[in-house]
Amino acid sequence: MATKSTTADRASTSAEPGTLVLVVLCAWLLPGAGHFWFGRRQKGSIFLVALPLMFLTGIWLQGRIFPFELSEPLVALAAVANIGIGLTWFAARAMDFGNGLVTAATYEYGNTFMIVAGLLNFLVMLDAYDIGMGRK
Amino acid sequence: MSSHFLLLALFSLFVSLVFAVLLRDEPREQVRLGGLMLGGFLALAFVLGWLMYPLPL
Repeated sequence: MATKSTTADRASTSAEPGTLVLVVLCAWLLPGAGHFWFGRRQKGSIFLVALPLMFLTGIWLQGRIFPFELSEPLVALAAVANIGIGLTWFAARAMDFGNGLVTAATYEYGNTFMIVAGLLNFLVMLDAYDIGMGRK
Repeated sequence: MSSHFLLLALFSLFVSLVFAVLLRDEPREQVRLGGLMLGGFLALAFVLGWLMYPLPL
């Protein structure tokens, strides 16, 4: 069976609301899962590799997984961005990675990689949602 | 790895890749947009780097 590859080839019917919630949840936990769900394997596989790899690069660069400290609004926002990467965040926390080394030359680079990886996954989730709504 | 330029290039590569795949459907268009964005990131970094060269005055 051929994979639908162009927007014109695809049907623009919207998915059920319950299905959409499930798709967005899957897309959050596993970057690209939402695209796989709707048969867009090329996009899904690129997100699945690129986004966790970007987050792990941040950890390798001695970046920090930010805690949810509501007394520090910027730290809390960075934490929200971090958790955007989904399962990789939970795995990194479970393995005690991402403690961050402030004195490392690459500390801020690491933070940037991790924050942006999470934020990009939010965009990927929204894209999957749009596909599910039949807008793309 | 602590080369600022290599890290910048790696960051640009990831961001360009994700945006190109997100915004275009055809592989050919994805490569074109991704290359354009990556080139733009790197060129802008060079330009800003040279503009900041005399700082602090």
